[in-house]
Amino acid sequence: MATYEEIEQTREDTAVSPTPRRRNGRELIIEGLILASGVSVIIIITLIFLFLLKEGLPAFTSQPISTFWGRRWYPIEETYGLLPLLAGSLLVTVGAVVIAVPLGLTTAVYLGEFAPDWLREILKPLIEVLAGIPSIVLGFLGWVALAPLIQNMGAPTGLTAFTGSLILAYMALPTIISITEDALYAVPKEYRDGSLAIGATHWQTVWRVVLPAARSGIVIAIMLGVGRAIGETMAVMLVTGNAANIPELGLGMMFQPIRTMTATIAAEMGEVAQGSTHYSVLFAIGIVLFIITFLVNSLATRLIGGRPKQRGAQL
Amino acid sequence: MRVLSRQQTQKVATFLITTVATLVVIPVLLIILMIFYNGMSAISWEFLTQPPRNGMTEGGIMPAILGTILLTLGTAVAAIPLGIGAAIYLAEYAGDNALTRTIRLAIVNLAGIPSIVYGLFGLGMFVLFFQFGTSILAGSLTLGLMTLPIVISTAEEAILSVPQAFRTVSYSVGATRWQTIRHQVLPNAMPGIITGIILGLSRAIGETAPILFTVAAFYLPNLPTSVFDQTMALPYHLYVISTQVPGMPLQVQYGTALVLLLFTLSLTFVATMIRSAMRRRREW
Repeated sequence: MATYEEIEQTREDTAVSPTPRRRNGRELIIEGLILASGVSVIIIITLIFLFLLKEGLPAFTSQPISTFWGRRWYPIEETYGLLPLLAGSLLVTVGAVVIAVPLGLTTAVYLGEFAPDWLREILKPLIEVLAGIPSIVLGFLGWVALAPLIQNMGAPTGLTAFTGSLILAYMALPTIISITEDALYAVPKEYRDGSLAIGATHWQTVWRVVLPAARSGIVIAIMLGVGRAIGETMAVMLVTGNAANIPELGLGMMFQPIRTMTATIAAEMGEVAQGSTHYSVLFAIGIVLFIITFLVNSLATRLIGGRPKQRGAQL
Repeated sequence: MRVLSRQQTQKVATFLITTVATLVVIPVLLIILMIFYNGMSAISWEFLTQPPRNGMTEGGIMPAILGTILLTLGTAVAAIPLGIGAAIYLAEYAGDNALTRTIRLAIVNLAGIPSIVYGLFGLGMFVLFFQFGTSILAGSLTLGLMTLPIVISTAEEAILSVPQAFRTVSYSVGATRWQTIRHQVLPNAMPGIITGIILGLSRAIGETAPILFTVAAFYLPNLPTSVFDQTMALPYHLYVISTQVPGMPLQVQYGTALVLLLFTLSLTFVATMIRSAMRRRREW
């Protein structure tokens, strides 16, 4: 005898599902426009890259490429070594990741696994608020409040790579927390039940079962956080001291002023003559930033994998 | 021998995790409290309705507020039609093919491009190539493109959450595909779409980097009269008065930060309200 499920399945398989009536001419035009808006996204990102190339490429032809590998960024003398800026961006971003990843993962675990419901209802909107604070406001606070604090702790100046990393970390936290939380939520309930059933404590279950099962989602969260941090401009510009030096390796490295690629563009583009070498070099830095974030984001998307979304929710 | 029993580890871990989560949350509260506490005293009728005076150290920030409102509207006009169109395409028409995958890759990457790079692009394309000059038009288009990925992904999600049965019923009474979208899918998805638009706008109006070279003015005595004019804007104004103007009273800086924060937070708040009202009212 057929089970209920089998009957249901047969019913679904044999049911005639209605198809839309044929479209008329006017609708063809509307649907053409809809297709065009879908495709426009590809056109826009291509245009962005082409315009960066158009304005930035002269930088590579007007002087030998080796100049960019220099250790000095000194536009007044037409010296455009990118190493100090790359080092600045790298240092601030790595610092931000080192701070944000442990904080973000732990907060996501707390929200997803430990927090009582009422507290979660308060904390989650608060994290959304953090995501909604404009970067210039955070930069302003870093400039008037955080930097003096860090200077009082004994650094020669409060405007350091560390100050930038700290602010960037809090800017990347909402991304890391929400994506990690989704990843934890996606771990099948059976995994937890199985672990708890054989006598593991709640913590053992989280540490040995849930976190490993969610690791690909966690990696994506970290990568998108990195992408967010490396592209940030205004906050780092205000608090990192804007000194285009290669930081000396060592323990005090984080407590020196630095300058990032993004801040360089923002600070100098207003003062350059359009079409000058300096102008096109700033666009060339834009190309570098575009390529870095493109690679990070594309890689993260690949990791998420091509799970196709179901069209239309099921009732 | 283990130092701690399983139960003790559980207790220690729970304690540590709770402590770290507190460390994350407390600075957020502090940030908001500091801005409100220090900024409140600057807010007055004059501050909100008068132009800056005396090297911007006195008077109000009205031109910057107005500029931010204009840019918000411009951004909305630039982002909404294209964003909703692309979302409809992805949710209702796109097949599982190379084109769709390319579109999705493009959206993810548009969302990841640094805001300063959008600024460079806006300068290269709208200001110089199309010769819009540093103008509200160029700034709105730049911010609009930056907002596009947020609008598309939230609108697509809203459209996908409309039950398939609605479409099936509509087809079965003889509707075409577009009639179904127009009269069944979009009305039901609308609150979600609006939430996405508002969230996108709240991000856009707080941005400084994209407007640096496309629209923002240091100081303008006159209000803009056309889309080809420059304008002052709150985020850029905050940047200017906190770093470029010596002798700026701290109170005015905090006041400007508070007004900007109220702008973005109230938009985020409205979006959250719509979303939760929608969840409560939804009958499916």
